Amino acid sequence: MTNPKVLILRTAGTNCDAETDTAFQRSGAETALVHIQNLISGKVNLSDYQILAIPGGFSYGDDISAGILLAVEMKHKLTDALNQFVADGKLVIGICNGFQVLVRTGLLPGVSTSNNGTSEMAQRATLAMNTSAKFECRWVDLETQESRCVFTKDIKSSVYLPVAHAEGRFTAPVDVLTELEANKQVVFRYADSAYPKNPNGSDADIAGICDTTGRIFGMMPHPERFLTIWNHPRWTRFAQAQDTASEEGDGLAIFKNAVNYAKLNLL
Amino acid sequence: MSNTVNEINILNADDAELMRISREGTLSLNLNEMKTIQTHFGALGRNPTDVEIETIAQTWSEHCVHKTFKSIIRYSEDGKETEQIDGLFPTYIQRATEDIDKPWCVSVFSDNAGIIEFDETFNLVFKVETHNHPSAIEPYGGAGTGIGGVIRDSLGTGLGAKPILNTDVFCFGMPDMPYAALPKGTLHPKRVFKGVVSGVRDYGNRMGIPTANGAILFDARYTANPLVFCGNVGLIPRNRCEKSVEPGDLVVAVGGQTGRDGIHGATFSSAELDDTSESLGSVVQIGNPIMEKKIVDALLQARDRNLYRSITDCGAGGFSSAVGEMGEHIGAEVHLERVSLKYEGLAPWEIWLSEAQERMVIAVPPENLSELVAICEAEFVEATVLGTFTDTHRLQVFYEGAIVADLEMEFLHNGLPKPVKAAVWQPPKHPEMPSRDEGIGVGNPFYTDDLKRLLASPNIASKESVIRQYDHGVQGGVVINPLVGVENDGPGDACVITPVLWSRKGVIIANGINPKYSDVDPYLSAASAIDEALRNIVAVGGTVEKTALLDNFCWGNPDKPDRLGELVRAAKACYDIATAYGTPFISGKDSLYNEYRDTTTGEQRAIPSTLLISAICVIPDIRNAVTMDVKAPGNLIYVVGDTYAELGGSHYFGIHGFIGNNAPVVRPDAAKRTMDRLSSAINSGLVRSCHDCSEGGIGVAAAEMAFAGGYGMTLNLDNVPTGDGTEADDSLLFSESNSRFIVEVEPQHRDAYENCMAGVPIGYLGTVTEAPEFVIVGKAGHPIIETSIDVLKSAWQTPLHS
Repeated sequence: MTNPKVLILRTAGTNCDAETDTAFQRSGAETALVHIQNLISGKVNLSDYQILAIPGGFSYGDDISAGILLAVEMKHKLTDALNQFVADGKLVIGICNGFQVLVRTGLLPGVSTSNNGTSEMAQRATLAMNTSAKFECRWVDLETQESRCVFTKDIKSSVYLPVAHAEGRFTAPVDVLTELEANKQVVFRYADSAYPKNPNGSDADIAGICDTTGRIFGMMPHPERFLTIWNHPRWTRFAQAQDTASEEGDGLAIFKNAVNYAKLNLL
Repeated sequence: MSNTVNEINILNADDAELMRISREGTLSLNLNEMKTIQTHFGALGRNPTDVEIETIAQTWSEHCVHKTFKSIIRYSEDGKETEQIDGLFPTYIQRATEDIDKPWCVSVFSDNAGIIEFDETFNLVFKVETHNHPSAIEPYGGAGTGIGGVIRDSLGTGLGAKPILNTDVFCFGMPDMPYAALPKGTLHPKRVFKGVVSGVRDYGNRMGIPTANGAILFDARYTANPLVFCGNVGLIPRNRCEKSVEPGDLVVAVGGQTGRDGIHGATFSSAELDDTSESLGSVVQIGNPIMEKKIVDALLQARDRNLYRSITDCGAGGFSSAVGEMGEHIGAEVHLERVSLKYEGLAPWEIWLSEAQERMVIAVPPENLSELVAICEAEFVEATVLGTFTDTHRLQVFYEGAIVADLEMEFLHNGLPKPVKAAVWQPPKHPEMPSRDEGIGVGNPFYTDDLKRLLASPNIASKESVIRQYDHGVQGGVVINPLVGVENDGPGDACVITPVLWSRKGVIIANGINPKYSDVDPYLSAASAIDEALRNIVAVGGTVEKTALLDNFCWGNPDKPDRLGELVRAAKACYDIATAYGTPFISGKDSLYNEYRDTTTGEQRAIPSTLLISAICVIPDIRNAVTMDVKAPGNLIYVVGDTYAELGGSHYFGIHGFIGNNAPVVRPDAAKRTMDRLSSAINSGLVRSCHDCSEGGIGVAAAEMAFAGGYGMTLNLDNVPTGDGTEADDSLLFSESNSRFIVEVEPQHRDAYENCMAGVPIGYLGTVTEAPEFVIVGKAGHPIIETSIDVLKSAWQTPLHS
């Protein structure tokens, strides 16, 4: 049986591609780091892959605002390929800058379920400047929500991951937020509303969301930075043997879920 | 004026005219050097062009050729000439590395960064640079391009290393300095601080390189001359560490376009600053980290396909230095009109000298050109063929068909006359501060307030507000963060990373810097900096045996004998201490002329003589690393290493307005034994936490461990081992004697630990307590410090909070 294939999208300023690659490989996937130019030119076909990952970084320098240039490029130059990929029920994950890109393309939170009008992708939420007005690099406790997300199926109720961003404050109009809650599209929340535990001031402490299918997922924290316990900022405090019995970090389960889902449903 | 080449009339110039040409052209060449150029062109029977004299000035600049470190020095101590030194660099730095002769040193002092072995597949490169003068004028741009430049040093080493870690050490004026006291034409230290941090943050974070080690120091003498040290570690395949250039290879520029930014950066850094320097905006470069990321992405692919034979970065001196260096032993021909420009109107010499950022030069065999260009195009990077490496042994520069420079490589690289400089060292005599122990009484924890003041002093206080702005987790390999402890906010001694994910093999990066001891003796300052860097390595689980060092000297004007005398003292310590420890220098850099001239009073102010020692250590298994936060109540606290009454230059004296004279000495035999035994105890799993004992002595180190771990401590000074029998509580508490650590040991490991440390002075001080009280009992048997860890933590966290 072949392994699921993951396309890790790169462009100028992408910088979490290598560790995202490692995370998927360690989860049993076959991976390819692909520059967006090669998708646009047709040298590489998105349809050959089951999972699309948009890693963290500063795509095109985050000029204008975080992720917007890559979002526009994807929306306008990869329209058909992207629509087909989603229509085929395949998986998309955006981490940090990748989440910013997915929100700006409109793929997240996705087309409104209450409005039966147009099905065109439109941006309905944003990731704004942190309320601290600074880049924040710190570890945060996340509460896993009961959601439709296939990436977080059966994972621990509380997950510890690092954030590293300046534009991570998830915010949306009240009706969109209400809809996200009603549709179980909120995947992760920061465990506490107070700064710095909610590191950016996100509405409803939202750290990650999915679309209504649960197959498109974006989050600000970095699961690819917590693959083994030796990445935990306090592993030296663990009582040996006991707490280090499993060497797996909290982040790895997200990639494994994606790969397992693809194995069962997309191959 | 633009697009033309001018002849510089030096053949008939007298001395005054020669110096006018040097000064007005920002050439920073002295009379002897100008006369050497005059003689050379006299023999040729022609004047140099502006392109030629500028090329020589860049190549001969202090920045590029480090002439002070190569000069002959007549050295006097205590009024008597004691010796003549034929070059500080060969005598004390290079010779130390040669004498130590470590088999794991792959390349030292010859490439853009030093290279050491890592594992079966990869080596590591490490380089630290300074960007002081630009950061004084334009902190954001100066610091950003500082980090950008040192990243290109890694990329320009061997056939190119992947940058994997940044380090940053800054020295600023006092943040609370009154605006009225600011020297004319300088920026307030707070503004410099903010700009520098933002510049490093925005460049490093955008490049996707973790910034996981650094330091920030404050001293009023850095106000007009802030120091910005930027370092980068890179990972390089073992079979990509050597470079060569063959005649016929193409000179290819890769990366950003060339503009009028950063012209004369190399020669500018050989000048003192004054109140007019701020108008020299064009000497500061403009950074674009995304461009640099694209270059890294493109060139590492080209490297892995073996498409080029040599690579170097366009740093100081721009193309003139890069092409001149690469073609030094064969020759090169360059056509300036082919250079991709940001805008029209640059004179040929400006194109040639521009220090526009994010440019690399590579030597490409012609048959590989099309493949190289294809890779660059796919990553949106420009690659331009500028010319060819030749076998003429000449550097020949053309512009629109006309030759505008025609220099012999031999004269360019070896024509610089070796200067002779005088250096004097006269040990200073400062007032001594008597012990304050008479203030102690029963029920009077007299030194509590001193401890709080020390923790709150800007050099010791928490730098968390800065560290959090740097991405220290990108690339996924960070194992020990810069901030550690129960709330992730304690001051870690050094960072540990795994450059190869899923490998157990790790790298530790640490630093040592003690400019305050230079006020007593720069020898002690340099020795202590090496000791401190090694302590930080050992404290997290590294070994002296596998550690290499980098030296970065920032000094005042070395043309002044007293400043140069201090440099001689520091260089001597580098040799003595590095050879005693067996830790080779693999790379280094100097930035001299860090002085400010007050044009109204004529007063000259130099920075404190500042040596930064950076250390890199390879460890076989990251799982043996430890951190400095205490782990559990009931555990035992020990001090390791002898304490001496060495408060000279200490922070304790500093808060009371004294310098003193007994700065900490390094006693290498005992020190090496101490560190080796402790490394062994840590790697045997006998130590639960370990902290370097440095600024603020035992008092500060123990307090930091307690509040980082969230537990109290009850300690007694009675068992502190001393080398000189000192009994004074303030010496025992706050002396900054070298080669000491505080460690935490679980009770069941007590015997094994003490056996492991046999032959090393250790003292059992007390225990970790559940109650959050921090108590130290003095020699007289009653508490001299008594407070809660929350009070201490708050004193430490508040000063630089925002």
